[in-house]
Amino acid sequence: MANGYIAFKTILLKEISRFTRVWIQTLLPPGITTLLYFLIFGHVMGARIGLMHGVSYIEYIAPGLVMMNVISNAYANTSSSFLQAKFFRSIEELLAAPVSNNIILAGFIMGGVIRGLAVAVVVTTVALCFTNIHVMHPIVTLITVLLTAALFSIAGLINAIYAKKFDDISIIPTFILTPLTYLGGVFYSVHLLPGIWPTISLFNPILYFVNLFRYGLLNISDINIYVGFTVLIGMLLSLYIMAWWLIDKGVGIKT
Amino acid sequence: MHALAIQQLQKTYKNGFHALKGIDLKVEEGDFFALLGPNGAGKTTLIGILSSLVMKTSGRISVFGKDLDTEPEAVKSCIGLVPQEFNFSVFDKVLEVTTTEAGYHGLPKKLALERAEKYLKQLDLWDKRKVTPRMLSGGMKRRLMIARALVHEPKLLILDEPTAGVDIEIRHTMWQFLRKINQQGTTIILTTHYLEEAEDLCRNIAIINNGHIIENTRMSELLGQLQLETFVFYLQKPLFKTPDLPEYDPLLVDETTLELSLRESQTMNDLFDRLSNQGIKVARMRNKRNRLEELFINLIHVNSKK
Repeated sequence: MANGYIAFKTILLKEISRFTRVWIQTLLPPGITTLLYFLIFGHVMGARIGLMHGVSYIEYIAPGLVMMNVISNAYANTSSSFLQAKFFRSIEELLAAPVSNNIILAGFIMGGVIRGLAVAVVVTTVALCFTNIHVMHPIVTLITVLLTAALFSIAGLINAIYAKKFDDISIIPTFILTPLTYLGGVFYSVHLLPGIWPTISLFNPILYFVNLFRYGLLNISDINIYVGFTVLIGMLLSLYIMAWWLIDKGVGIKT
Repeated sequence: MHALAIQQLQKTYKNGFHALKGIDLKVEEGDFFALLGPNGAGKTTLIGILSSLVMKTSGRISVFGKDLDTEPEAVKSCIGLVPQEFNFSVFDKVLEVTTTEAGYHGLPKKLALERAEKYLKQLDLWDKRKVTPRMLSGGMKRRLMIARALVHEPKLLILDEPTAGVDIEIRHTMWQFLRKINQQGTTIILTTHYLEEAEDLCRNIAIINNGHIIENTRMSELLGQLQLETFVFYLQKPLFKTPDLPEYDPLLVDETTLELSLRESQTMNDLFDRLSNQGIKVARMRNKRNRLEELFINLIHVNSKK
């Protein structure tokens, strides 16, 4: 157990050191892009949009922007780190060491979660320059951000397990994650969508995570939060089991 | 207790290549064991399976009595691996490479630093502890891989061609170091293409070819099997005609270089008498090939014909 804890700490510190060493590439860009979002969508256009669910537009999009950055950064952290370890074969050190699959997973996932949280702090700091954020449900807010970061860390890890080249870890973020995030209610309420689109949006898992977080901060949500947590926890457990199985079978990492 | 016991180990890759075809092998505790074979014979696959980097198809492996299938973590704790290819984290510095490995093996930070300092100093890398491995020479990288493998003080050290591409001086320093580690009780399994290295360091040997163990014996016994040795004689005066020594298969390479082969039953004294009788004076002589190399080539050649 003590050995497992030290191994976990070693993986985690290595992960944290990896993204903090290149903070200009990892922590600064989310701050800059969020600043632009707030300036354009919040400050310039938001003033003309008016209130959304009783709050200003800038306040309404703030939780979604935080969650959008948490998702993309948690995903990017594990996908790039794990693929890099595969590419340079340093993953062999870990596979040859007496480290259980759960510890390997925990170390990488927590690395992604910490990056997600670090980015959340950066983005929230930027948001505070434009609007006041009052946390209405702190426990919901905290659990949502932690579990969402963990979920997308695992997703990034699974992507890297299958990836053979660096292009392979940019396909899912570019063609799946980004569209789902933009269509996941970051900038609008799904109730404003016409026809069948609100129903179709319910198949987008990111809608649940964004709304859970928005509920935590603003007490506003397009979905039932219990359904939201069920989706979040269900996906988290499913992907964790899948990642554990892939590592155990050596998919993409052993011959 | 055996440091390593392998029973009927088989490995077939997804592309259908049958790399290991039922390997049985035992390595005694404290041994310095050579695992030799030509390229593609299955050495690296075998080492990959031992170090949990390659999935076996079937068979059993136990390390110091612990079964790899049922107690994988206990087995991994016993093994230190020096792989053939460099596999350092690109951004880690030399000291971090060793302390990270120690961390994976559950060593507390203080002990990890002490061990890292001990082995980096012993392998002459302490001055380089703050640079990244890519700034090191090939020989230094090899030594760093050894330091990293030793940081958790494994009972079994597996070295996959540790001196490949290393200059002769550093190679000899590494040999001395490995001998010392072995004398202190670490069992060592060595694969190498430098057969004089295996002959010089190892007490027991297995030769693998085409997925089979074709020889597994004591080094001294194997060398005792050598029935024909070829020597190169450098002559004091030029010779213009091949001497009349048919029982030694003479070959005049050039005017002052003569090759002669000695069978097990023939002695060097008789040979020198014959050379003296023909007025041939030898300035210096050497084995044409290392003795193990001679045997190795013969064994592989015979096995390939089967």
